[in-house]
Amino acid sequence: MLKYIIRRLAMLIPVLLGVSLITFSLIHLIPGDPARSMLGEKASQQQLELLREEMGLNDPFIVQYGRFLGHIAQGDLGTSIQKKEDIASQLMEKLPATMELAIFAMILAVIIGVLAGVVAAIKQYSWFDNLSMTGALFGVSLPIFWLGLMMIWLFSVKFNILPPSGRLTAGVELNSITNFYLLDSILTGNWTAFKDAFSHLLMPGVALATIPMAIIARMTRSSMLEVMRQDYIRTANAKGLKKGLVVFQHALKNAFLPVLTVIGLQFGLLMGGAVLTETIFSWPGVGRYVYLAVLGRDYPIVQSAILVIAVIFVLVNLLTDLLYKYIDPRIKYN
Amino acid sequence: MAFQPEPVQEPASMLAPEKQAMKARKMWVDSLLRIMKSKTSFIGLLIIALLLITALFAPLIASHDPAAQSIVDRYQPPSGKHILGTDELGRDIFSRIVYGTRISIQIGLIAVGISLIIGVLLGGIAGYFGRWIDQVIMRIIDIMMAFPSILLAIALVAVLGPSLRNAMIAVGIVGIPQFARIVRGAVLSVKETEYIEAARAIGAKDGRILGQHVLPNCLAPIIVQATLSIGTAILDAAGLSFLGLGAQPPSPEWGAMLSDGRAALQTAPWVITFPGIAIFLVVLGFNLFGDGLRDALDPRLKQ
Repeated sequence: MLKYIIRRLAMLIPVLLGVSLITFSLIHLIPGDPARSMLGEKASQQQLELLREEMGLNDPFIVQYGRFLGHIAQGDLGTSIQKKEDIASQLMEKLPATMELAIFAMILAVIIGVLAGVVAAIKQYSWFDNLSMTGALFGVSLPIFWLGLMMIWLFSVKFNILPPSGRLTAGVELNSITNFYLLDSILTGNWTAFKDAFSHLLMPGVALATIPMAIIARMTRSSMLEVMRQDYIRTANAKGLKKGLVVFQHALKNAFLPVLTVIGLQFGLLMGGAVLTETIFSWPGVGRYVYLAVLGRDYPIVQSAILVIAVIFVLVNLLTDLLYKYIDPRIKYN
Repeated sequence: MAFQPEPVQEPASMLAPEKQAMKARKMWVDSLLRIMKSKTSFIGLLIIALLLITALFAPLIASHDPAAQSIVDRYQPPSGKHILGTDELGRDIFSRIVYGTRISIQIGLIAVGISLIIGVLLGGIAGYFGRWIDQVIMRIIDIMMAFPSILLAIALVAVLGPSLRNAMIAVGIVGIPQFARIVRGAVLSVKETEYIEAARAIGAKDGRILGQHVLPNCLAPIIVQATLSIGTAILDAAGLSFLGLGAQPPSPEWGAMLSDGRAALQTAPWVITFPGIAIFLVVLGFNLFGDGLRDALDPRLKQ
């Protein structure tokens, strides 16, 4: 197992190098002068020259890329152009907000998606199967930014029961330890803050969960249908085992493998989908940070944030592969 | 997702050309009939047909000029005069949605066209030639897939500059890996078949074998992927426009309309309601039809 992990980590190196090369090259795709593009038309020649010097744009490409890699290796993701802030610390500050949202959305998606998929499979062609699969089809076709806006209109404007934006109502105190607000409020026993943070999380969480929920439900259903036809399931049923035991212990355990792959892939996509969701709900996470940087043409932020998200994506997928072993002991890593 | 051609009695190469063509046509007709039998894919086809008709006859269907502004008529709720209401500049929302169909079709075709052409080429070459060429191409594809697609699209548009054209290019580029992987898989299974060996034995060149024999037999998964990708492409491009990175005002692109209407969410919710429904319906149509196509063209999935 350890050997396998080491080999997989070694295989990550070329992928991560490629990822860094692409993110680095982005800035060189800017038509015309990148410095002019970042500072705008009104910038003086002197300002432009200063920025070029600062960003090392005057050096050959390979030298620039080498320096970029060197800085990353030291955990230095550069400074933003407009506010001159350290990007790494900005990202560290905003990452918990995005992770909290993504994890919450994923938990929602897995619980509802897997349950719906299992029930739809054991009651194939029932009204529940039809309803949930139609729902899943709608889910993958819905523009989540539109869904988010409609939820704000319904629950914040019309009924006024959920807050439309942010993570916490102004005035609600919370000592942050991890910057995961739900976790912090539990750790400090602050239930007022917990309720408030939860009500803020609900709408963006549901919006973000829609697509993965739909995909997980469809995957679980088809995977369960396949497993339920196997001989050992018939044997288990013939032995007179309780239906619940057969479904969840015998069938789901084996049907879960392809579902797990989808969960891993979707988690990475959630980080991308967060840009839209965070923008709509003014959620102070990495997605909104990227969006604002794109609007302000602050390319170093765009580069670094995308690099960090891609690395997380790759690591999550590796983690999913490793989790396989625990779910399916038949898999041997040699 | 390898596609296995239907078993034939005699080797295809021994049939007369016209008989071969007939067999091929029969397979497509069969598939089409199978699609029509499924209720859901028929609904999908209906939505797509409606979309095409609307785009084609937009000037006849629209009740107003989609660009005509009228400040006195701004933020009118749906009524007899404006069936879906008006926006912040008093433009008729129904007419804008009708004209927006043209942009959506354009996005779907161009973006997916880019993914398809490059993806099929890369996947075909990787699968057919194998060895180091395969290694190099597939590692590049792996790297592209290390980015969440919408994020890579946002980054590309951010550097290329926000416009509908660049949004289509970006959405097209991020769709390449899926086509490349599907085609590579299909080519790997097709190239081992006897008729490819036969073609090689009579001295056909690689380019001819790939273009005339291998790729046509990988068409089914490519068509399925293309159909499903059109829905995704329209959705992603609408997302980019919503963020202000795609189509620019005053374009009646649906994502851009949503972006314009956001400011009036509290007072005029109809401005964002209907363009969103339009996006949803079109994407649903392509997803339904794509699912139906997959079931019809891949006999292994038949229940």
